[in-house]
Amino acid sequence: MAITAVFQAKHVAISLNCHSPHGRSHSFSLYPRRTLQISHQLSSRAVIFSPNGKVSNARLKSERCSRSLISPVAMAPSGKVFHGECFVVQDNIDTDQIIPAEHLTLVPSKPDEYEKLGSLALCGLPSNYPRFVCEGEMKTRYPIIIAGSNFGCGSSREHAPVSLGASGVKAVVAESYARIFFRNSVATGELYPVESEFSLSKEFETGNIVTLDLESNVLINHSQNKQYTLKPLGDAGPVIDAGGLFAFARKTGMISSASA
Amino acid sequence: MAMSINSSFTSAKGEGVESFLGNSLLSRTCPSSSSLCNNVRMKSVPKIVAVTAPPRPQERAPASTGSVKQAMTMTEKILARASDKGCLSPGENVWVNTDILMTHDVCGPGTIGIFKREFGADAKVWDREKVVIIPDHYIFTADERANRNVDILREFAHEQNIKYFYDIKDLSDFKVNPDYKGVCHVALAQEGHCRPGEVLFGTDSHTCTAGAFGQFATGIGNTDAGFILGTGKLLIKVPPTMRFVLDGEMPSFLHAKDLILHIIGEITVAGATYKAMEFTGSVVENMTMEDRMTLCNMVVEAGGKNGVIAADSVTFNYLEGKTQKSFEPVYTDGSARFNAEYKFNVSELEPVVAKPHSPDNRGVARECKDVKIDRVYIGSCTGGKTEDFVAAAKLLHASGQKVKVPTFLVPATQKVWVDLYTILVPGADGKTCAKIFEEAGCETPASPSCAACLGGPKDTYARMNEPQVCVSTTNRNFPGRMGHKESQVYLASPYTAAASALTGFVTDPRKFM
Repeated sequence: MAITAVFQAKHVAISLNCHSPHGRSHSFSLYPRRTLQISHQLSSRAVIFSPNGKVSNARLKSERCSRSLISPVAMAPSGKVFHGECFVVQDNIDTDQIIPAEHLTLVPSKPDEYEKLGSLALCGLPSNYPRFVCEGEMKTRYPIIIAGSNFGCGSSREHAPVSLGASGVKAVVAESYARIFFRNSVATGELYPVESEFSLSKEFETGNIVTLDLESNVLINHSQNKQYTLKPLGDAGPVIDAGGLFAFARKTGMISSASA
Repeated sequence: MAMSINSSFTSAKGEGVESFLGNSLLSRTCPSSSSLCNNVRMKSVPKIVAVTAPPRPQERAPASTGSVKQAMTMTEKILARASDKGCLSPGENVWVNTDILMTHDVCGPGTIGIFKREFGADAKVWDREKVVIIPDHYIFTADERANRNVDILREFAHEQNIKYFYDIKDLSDFKVNPDYKGVCHVALAQEGHCRPGEVLFGTDSHTCTAGAFGQFATGIGNTDAGFILGTGKLLIKVPPTMRFVLDGEMPSFLHAKDLILHIIGEITVAGATYKAMEFTGSVVENMTMEDRMTLCNMVVEAGGKNGVIAADSVTFNYLEGKTQKSFEPVYTDGSARFNAEYKFNVSELEPVVAKPHSPDNRGVARECKDVKIDRVYIGSCTGGKTEDFVAAAKLLHASGQKVKVPTFLVPATQKVWVDLYTILVPGADGKTCAKIFEEAGCETPASPSCAACLGGPKDTYARMNEPQVCVSTTNRNFPGRMGHKESQVYLASPYTAAASALTGFVTDPRKFM
């Protein structure tokens, strides 16, 4: 069972809600200003946001949680807050480590091969990293990746952001990105490539529980009780919200609807 | 900054949409338009015709005279012309018209899938003569999905009547496939698709190679390529230009590959992110087209958006007979502004390698002499051109020795393969490259393709299936790039690769030259 805790906080600054770029999931809740509801699956701690930016933790009085039972409290049509375990990688993670070239025979626009790409995400990482997608599974347990600088360098293969998105990744938080990876992430709408103000890859540990709030551009590491400000995505954000370049262009009237 | 699309759609809603619809400059408003209207009204009053004021200079906003005032770099000029703008500055987002869109067997099927999904099953590409499809990555493999991907390209090329599709049907012998070329970036140049002043997009990061022809060329993903297939246009951000001035006497043991590895080592793998890298100076002017291609090929390894070299008589001579299309080169203005300028005196440089596992992990070759290697690989868009093999052959011939480790040779294209058997190596007693390689004990030149440069399916020729050490003339050495995750790749010039093959250790080519 998932834990659901409702806090009555006097100074809640931000409301939380959560959805995926393509409505493919996910976990969180949106509640009126002064009530913050948190569906918190893995940690016995929750967070109260206050206007001065400080984060306070609160013990949850509740039942044990089970990872396999992630039950969304509410699905909101808009808003961008993601929550869960993070996976940490270092600088210069290139596209061959994200999706090794031998798997590029998979064509992302074919649905079954899209799923397969997801199961292979980050399988090219050196063996000192834990597995990103467990053996025999199609999805990752880590919805958020924390990276150092120049994430996604190397080839122009769109398979890279696609494999991450297909595995269930919602966002990457990196100090910086290689140009083509960033652009492909936006064009496909597969994930949010967010920039941190400095490298977090040495501060975070894989498995830390994090909340990424792209409306306030804040990243919270609940496991370490720390909060970080992120650089805004700017106009790239709405393109990803829409589900990528084509969906955005249609939504805004730049191009006409798809022909049958 | 990592936000290439950031703020782009602000302009997309304004000018971008118009240019997308093909009437880009129609709605420009001029600050003087209201005073013009007043003049017209005055003229329409009949009795005071004689007192019409003499014409006064119109007020003009700075932007409307920018094209004559603003100095631009080559990259800015190419993009200005391709977007029908008088002038452009770095950071501006513009819709550019595409002269050539190239795709291959790895990203083509996905691009086609997106094109059909978004534009409809019966949609036609924007221009069947501007799409170039080059199967090259996973060709000589039993992998069924890889073979299927080439079939998808063929079906699409036929359905769309694509003019330039370099097909291969008989995988048992590449020579019986006259249309088949091989590695796309080298084939694009050899087949005359690279032309000064044009805009080339390709679904491959090394598309930047074509910047050697004084054009704008960069790699894109499937979604952007699918958009171009339908519209011929792409929204891009104008990059600031970094200039690299290479002067001095080029030593005989140095290769263009040494220069670009040196530069990447200097500025790091993210040193040119979002930027154009313009190469100039006497050394570049004296380079052949293939050497210039080597320089531009690896700008993406520094994060660069494009590399560019001014077109000159070397360029025009290369293009002679390769293309019927007229082209118009552009050149960087003398007073153009650069984001950064680096100067190198190449006579002071030594042969270098990029040590595992990053192209910017620069090391002087002679200082790596204790690194024992298991194999040497000469091939790819970076180091598998005719002149790369001639360089390796020259060194092998000069040494008169045999290689000590397996030395794999993968010509980039069918034309390069033919060259190995026909061109006589200068100063080598009338021998061809192939003859020299054979005498030195190298492997027989393989079928042209990308082969092991990027690992590929398990049965790919010369793929590193063991955790071995390789000296390679290719472009990347991130973990697992050439196959096995624990393998180690030292990137080097063809001279250094050949010298290392002779000793079984990473070796400075001066030992044999």
